[in-house]
Amino acid sequence: MDFSFPKEYELLRRMIREFAQNEVAPIAEEIDRDERVPWETIKKAAKLGLMGVPFPQEYGGAGAGEIGYCILMEEINKVCGSTATVIGAHTGIGAMAIYLDGTEEQKKKYLTPLARGEKIAAFALTEPNAGSDAASIQTRAIRDGDYFLLNGSKLWITNGDIADILTVMAVTDPALGARGGVTAFIVEKDFPGFIVGTVEEKMGIRGSSTAELFFEDCRVPKENVLGQFGAGFLTFMRTLDIGRLSLGAGCLGASDASLEMSMDFAKNRYQFGAPIAHKQAIQWMIADMATEIEALRSLVYRTAWMVDTGQINREFSTLAAICKLYGSEVLGRCVDKAVQIHGGMGYMKKYPIERMYRDARITRIFEGTNEVQRDVIARNLFRKIGLRIR
Amino acid sequence: MKIIVTVKQVPDTNEVKLDRRTGTLIREGVPSIINPEDKNAIEAAMQLKESMEVTVIALSMGPPQADNALREALAMGVDEAILLSDRAFAGADTWSTAATLGMAIKKIGDYDLILAGRQAIDGDTAQVGPQLAEYLGIPQVTYVREFAIKGNSVRAKRAVEDGYEELEAPLPALLTITKDANKARYPSAGGIITAYRAQEVTLWGHQDIGADPESIGLKGSPTQVKRSFTPPPKEPGEKFQLPPAAAAKEIVARLKSKNII
Repeated sequence: MDFSFPKEYELLRRMIREFAQNEVAPIAEEIDRDERVPWETIKKAAKLGLMGVPFPQEYGGAGAGEIGYCILMEEINKVCGSTATVIGAHTGIGAMAIYLDGTEEQKKKYLTPLARGEKIAAFALTEPNAGSDAASIQTRAIRDGDYFLLNGSKLWITNGDIADILTVMAVTDPALGARGGVTAFIVEKDFPGFIVGTVEEKMGIRGSSTAELFFEDCRVPKENVLGQFGAGFLTFMRTLDIGRLSLGAGCLGASDASLEMSMDFAKNRYQFGAPIAHKQAIQWMIADMATEIEALRSLVYRTAWMVDTGQINREFSTLAAICKLYGSEVLGRCVDKAVQIHGGMGYMKKYPIERMYRDARITRIFEGTNEVQRDVIARNLFRKIGLRIR
Repeated sequence: MKIIVTVKQVPDTNEVKLDRRTGTLIREGVPSIINPEDKNAIEAAMQLKESMEVTVIALSMGPPQADNALREALAMGVDEAILLSDRAFAGADTWSTAATLGMAIKKIGDYDLILAGRQAIDGDTAQVGPQLAEYLGIPQVTYVREFAIKGNSVRAKRAVEDGYEELEAPLPALLTITKDANKARYPSAGGIITAYRAQEVTLWGHQDIGADPESIGLKGSPTQVKRSFTPPPKEPGEKFQLPPAAAAKEIVARLKSKNII
């Protein structure tokens, strides 16, 4: 057993940390306030290979694998949840689906410009009537010669309005249901019949955009079927598994940042003639935060190691759900304590902890609510002893 | 054109914290980095590479872990990296370091330009660059904030106290680069992975550069450290707790009595 990071990851982390401090943190407050996607950061990140960290270099990526990608999500989330969300929806699920299930041509044509950050990706699954119940999506794809015609709508799609390339799930055979009847498609924003609807105003991660999408006889060439025809369910499950892991890594970064800020505050805030760090009430909150953060750190990197060593199996799927569930709940508790330690300061917009508190809330909801994660975990566990949960 | 950039691995002094009780440095967990102005030297070489045919070699002397500094240089885009690491090199002062680097550079041969950082943040001597130029018998321009290659010579702006000098020197020459010269690029993510997984750092010991172990390292160093100590902390200043006008008068009188104003 070896728990140390290889040297390349130490340098990668240092580079990303400097990038986050110098390029991401200074505008974090502004993009939150103005609800603005930080294009200047995305451009700089692309130049450094940070829009394609996990993908092989032959497809324009950095070749840093899932461990490298978790380091990226951890470090960016320390300073800006919005920027991390834009990169995460692009790399972690949008481009990831093409990397996992794309043909060689699709990877050359679509993954390569995405990994280089020349184009932006999104992943479109959720619909007005299919959130946690993802299997009941209604967007239809009907064959029309060399094309498929897509009709329907998608909701709450991160990067939906800024993406050049979208991975879209649609029903190809309603009789077969989710397993066999859903297919993944690669849709370019310029395909006729692709329409961007409302861009939502949100509580947090306001520097990332979340859009409604419409497909009105949207013509998608048949070579843009992603993965096996009818196996879209597998594509999105596998993509979301990996996405859940990196979401846990992001929660780790934000939790860690909230701890560091709380300690710094407790050391410098004087009440009753001494730093509040001398109060046991504060110490216990700090100790509880650190304990959960360290447990999360081990969990996240152990699970990332499974991906990089080819162990994408049912146990991985369970652990990925645990990463998302535990990570987001640890973060919820950490930012809550951080606000409490900061007192009135924690409630004021001029301190970043207020933004972090708002940004954190979505992590218990998106990419599968925590209730869905619990379902996945329990179902996988009971399956091991021969019981199929209905 | 062949450029050699000299690189030193140093502790990140920004990360070094002082133990308030003992007054000593807390060295535990302090990361090692490329000396910041050496990064400016690498950046200067990289910028030349964008406009002309250039091969850039990063050269460092240090313990085996200095390998990491050279990997970072590779990740920033240098073409080759050479590490001089040998117990015989240990304990070298600036002259001995310059001589060792010089022997390695003679072995590399056929170079046009040597770029060095102005000074290292751990020793702050700013001596190795100039001594290396002396050792090699080539012209040097120190404190360079801007330069350009013109045919077979280099034109450089050199920062001086109240402005700058513009100098021209025939190649090969050595320049020491200041932090004002440029903003060093980040190593790229892909570059980092490639530097560790697909590139090599050449390791040279004293035999590889034909150095006599008796005349290098500590043994070849004219400077010997007798003692190192922490200077006593500065005494706290004097406080004047008077009404503002009276305090100002008092302070002016004190400054006058010390001939400061």
